[in-house]
Amino acid sequence: MRIECPFCGERDHSEFAYFGDAACARPAPGAADAQARFVEAVYLRENPAGAHRELWYHEFGCRSWLQVTRDTRTHEILEVRLARESTAP
Amino acid sequence: MSSHRLSGEGAIQRDRTLSFTFDRRGYTGHPGDTLASALLASGVRLLGRSFKYHRPRGLLSAGSEEPNALVELRAGARREPNTRATMIELFDGLTARSQNRWPSLAFDAGAVNSLLSRLFVAGFYYKTFMWPAAWWERLYEPAIRRAAGLGRASREADPDTYEKAHAFCDLLVIGGGPAGLAAALTAGRAGARVILCDEDFLLGGRLNGDRHQIGGESGALWARRSEAELRSLPEVRLLTRTTVFGVYDGSTFAALERVSDHVSVPRPHQPRQRLWKIVARRAVLAAGALEHPIVFGGNDRPGVMLASAVRTYVNRFRVAPGRRIALFTACDDGWKTAFDLLEARIDVPVIIDARREIPPALRAQGSRHGVRIMTGAHVLGTRGGKGVEAIEVRGEDGRVSRVRADSLAVAGGWSPNTALSTHLGGRPRWSEAIGAHVPGDLPRGMTAVGAACGELALAGALRTGAAAGREAAGSAGLEAPLEQWRTEEEPVGFARRWSVSGHRGKAFVDYQHDVTVEDIEIAAREGFRCAEHLKRYTTLGMGTDQGRTSQLNGHALLATLTQREPADMGTICARPPYTPVAIAALAARARGPQFKPCRLTPSHRWAEERGAVLVDAGEWRRARWFPLTGEADWRSTVAREVAGVRAGVGICDVSTLGKIDVQGADAGAFLDRIYANMIATLPVGRTRYGIMLREDGIVLDDGTVARLGECHFLLSTSTIHAGRVMRHLTHARQVLWPQLDVQLVSVTEQWAQMAIAGPHSRELLMRVLGDAVDVSGPRFPYLACQEFLWLGRPARLFRISFSGELGYELAVPARYGESAVRALMAAGGTLGVVPYGTEALGVMRIEKGHAAGAEINGTTTAADLGLGRLVSARKDFIGRVLAARPGLAAADRPALIGLTPVERSARLSTGAHLLRPGAPATLSHDEGFISSTAFSPTLRHWVGLGFLSRGRERIGERMRAYDPLRGEDVQVEIAHPVFYDPAGERVRS
Ligand SMILES: [Zn+2]
Repeated sequence: MRIECPFCGERDHSEFAYFGDAACARPAPGAADAQARFVEAVYLRENPAGAHRELWYHEFGCRSWLQVTRDTRTHEILEVRLARESTAP
Repeated sequence: MSSHRLSGEGAIQRDRTLSFTFDRRGYTGHPGDTLASALLASGVRLLGRSFKYHRPRGLLSAGSEEPNALVELRAGARREPNTRATMIELFDGLTARSQNRWPSLAFDAGAVNSLLSRLFVAGFYYKTFMWPAAWWERLYEPAIRRAAGLGRASREADPDTYEKAHAFCDLLVIGGGPAGLAAALTAGRAGARVILCDEDFLLGGRLNGDRHQIGGESGALWARRSEAELRSLPEVRLLTRTTVFGVYDGSTFAALERVSDHVSVPRPHQPRQRLWKIVARRAVLAAGALEHPIVFGGNDRPGVMLASAVRTYVNRFRVAPGRRIALFTACDDGWKTAFDLLEARIDVPVIIDARREIPPALRAQGSRHGVRIMTGAHVLGTRGGKGVEAIEVRGEDGRVSRVRADSLAVAGGWSPNTALSTHLGGRPRWSEAIGAHVPGDLPRGMTAVGAACGELALAGALRTGAAAGREAAGSAGLEAPLEQWRTEEEPVGFARRWSVSGHRGKAFVDYQHDVTVEDIEIAAREGFRCAEHLKRYTTLGMGTDQGRTSQLNGHALLATLTQREPADMGTICARPPYTPVAIAALAARARGPQFKPCRLTPSHRWAEERGAVLVDAGEWRRARWFPLTGEADWRSTVAREVAGVRAGVGICDVSTLGKIDVQGADAGAFLDRIYANMIATLPVGRTRYGIMLREDGIVLDDGTVARLGECHFLLSTSTIHAGRVMRHLTHARQVLWPQLDVQLVSVTEQWAQMAIAGPHSRELLMRVLGDAVDVSGPRFPYLACQEFLWLGRPARLFRISFSGELGYELAVPARYGESAVRALMAAGGTLGVVPYGTEALGVMRIEKGHAAGAEINGTTTAADLGLGRLVSARKDFIGRVLAARPGLAAADRPALIGLTPVERSARLSTGAHLLRPGAPATLSHDEGFISSTAFSPTLRHWVGLGFLSRGRERIGERMRAYDPLRGEDVQVEIAHPVFYDPAGERVRS
């Protein structure tokens, strides 16, 4: 698998560490139901057959966290962007 | 010259002779030969014994699909079992042995298995040996292993080296036959970066085995000229002896180049094999097609050979596989074999075509040669001892006659070599046009051309190859003219014949695994209808040849038996690797000391000079202890080092601890979210111990935080978790809180850091640092930190201690680490300074009850570790919310405790379980375990750390430390985890 890092260009997947689902943002820690929300964010995952947004860390490159959209059936990479640009408020 | 060698050119160098041995007998051949062709030229056609029935076997093919001719190649440490004789390029001094026979190839005691063949039918693994169960281990398995087997691997270490290479190209051409060459020429001439791989040592594919004409010259000559032209193109790389064995995501391919397998010993500085990882913008699958046999009785007798292989031996190697070779064909293509044999003046007693109607041109050409032609006829069986002597033919009228022949060429038709098209999940598609599977959905960027896509005639191969080459050049922004080559017309008519009804004798479908028609019939009777189930039940296609010559016949047979069409049967999906790949090639250089990178500490050279015993700690190599001459064992060395620190001063290189530099206006706020304790309140010039949690509430790591400036922090992490903590922090910064103004950089390798510990450490530092920094007590209290210049270079000093003594850590730029150590040792001579290693470090941390890797083990909370008081209730941080879950906050969780043996001389073992005295040693009575132990030279007995349910309330209680693995059962007393200076007065002194 090859991932196009916005900084480093197309690189082999062995340079990256996989982190998992990018969809689970950190819940508001002060909410009344914070514990339930955190359990959901930390443990519960969708497992779609198809496009999946996930976090990859270019550990053996520029150390950027990337949000990668990958088709889980074909491993086709549909989109790559910097995670901080995807999650900034 | 041997009697089976024909005159004429071929692709061998007759002016040189190579000597080799097979089963200890000497033979000769020529450069350009394979072991198979050289043995055939010497009249050897019994090459091995079959897997289950030990039947005599000879060559079926001339290529990588060979199921029978597996030999042990070379001897000693280089002995390689199950090597296909058809793939071994002959070299001088080659030695090979037949395998799976005892005592000799000609007389094999195991052939008695043939008589027991009823035991070995389909599913025999599941049926025959089920009862009684106790017999399996004692009788069945050893007997089967002895009788059924392939070659023996060498028991010696592999003396050769292997390497990996990476390559990138616009076009990867898989296969160097006419279609592949056409693709490479078209794209290469346009300037595209082309890599062409072929598993053969000679490019050309069927052009070498057949007699074709391209543009007025012979196909073989055209291949030579094309190869020369490709070699002249600067952007083209030709990899012969190279098998593309795997297709991976992102247009990535794996190929194995047999760099030195065609010489007796690799040349100096050359690897034996090279593993290529190739990333290609486009790929052309030009892997050709495989001819498959027709199944009839005795079809495994040496002398029965694929018709195309017969042509290859005749035309390429100039070897006559026999003196009197009959042909059994179901397609026009097979007739070429008869004509090539006749051209080479080899007797063809009969052409048997299963079809009733054949093209008049073929019949006319055969008649011109005066060959007997039988149409609508079938071979039922063969006769002979260790080779074919006669064949039994049933004519169109049903009469069975016997024809004398020493060989039989069989042409069952061609199947595209689809294996690489399925590695990413593609399914082959049935083509009625050729009566075989063709590649289905191909991976993105891959095109199949030539015979690999069902274009079985040469003209189609050249045309589709050129078109794919042009398309690949276009995708690289290059314009390529569509090359055209002139070829003759070929008849490609066929009628599918998978097997012959009414066959006489055992009829083999899978030669390598001895799967017969009878086995397939049993499978069908027992309800196995799917190709994948047939494979598992009969082992069809599970050999090292992956059933290249057997799958189609087996599936077609099952289709017939279950009243279906082959098109509706489906087929199996091949997975990587395409052919066997040595594990050594996959490992390449990553063996022994090169298995993983080794990081050396800044003081490494100095430590080696002092005779330090080294240990691999994570990615680092560290000094474990520094033995002195006369010391009895390592325990006394470590005891001396600990005593030296506790009573005087010692030095330890702690550069391996992770160091992360954190700067920015929001650095304090950021670290408050990372650590469970408060960081933002830390004054400049102060250090604080901190713990960080994972979001699930479990402790991730501990370390120190030093505030070097208002917006500048330096974190330390444990050696083992340095990378993980850096990942955790960058995740928090980039993903969780990208809006914070904070920058992170790992500086682990930029700074050398030395621990200076012991009551005399202040005195030593005053001597070494002079007035560069004031280390006197009041000016540099416990947990102080400071940056300063030492001898004109930046340096940092931290008053922190892992040993429990007055202690400091001095950091200098990494390249000055060694001189810093030497300066400290020189200045400390009169103070009796001792260097100490990781073992003494570990002993002292256990004496002080500090948690380390064995305690911060991914299952413990801050409270478990006795660090609950550090956890701030005044802020949010990663892990806070989930750490409060009932399970993680429960009062009866195992808590960190200390342990001492009641019998003071007893030894404690890590991993022992804690039980109440008298309680049975069962899981339900398990109340905790010992995580770390050491002999404490300070206390003169063993001490341990561990976890015990409600441990902190149980100080003084006696328990059993039960270790069934080591057979130990020791009475222990639960203690406070800090054994040494529990009030912490010494670090503050
Ligand atoms: Zn990058």
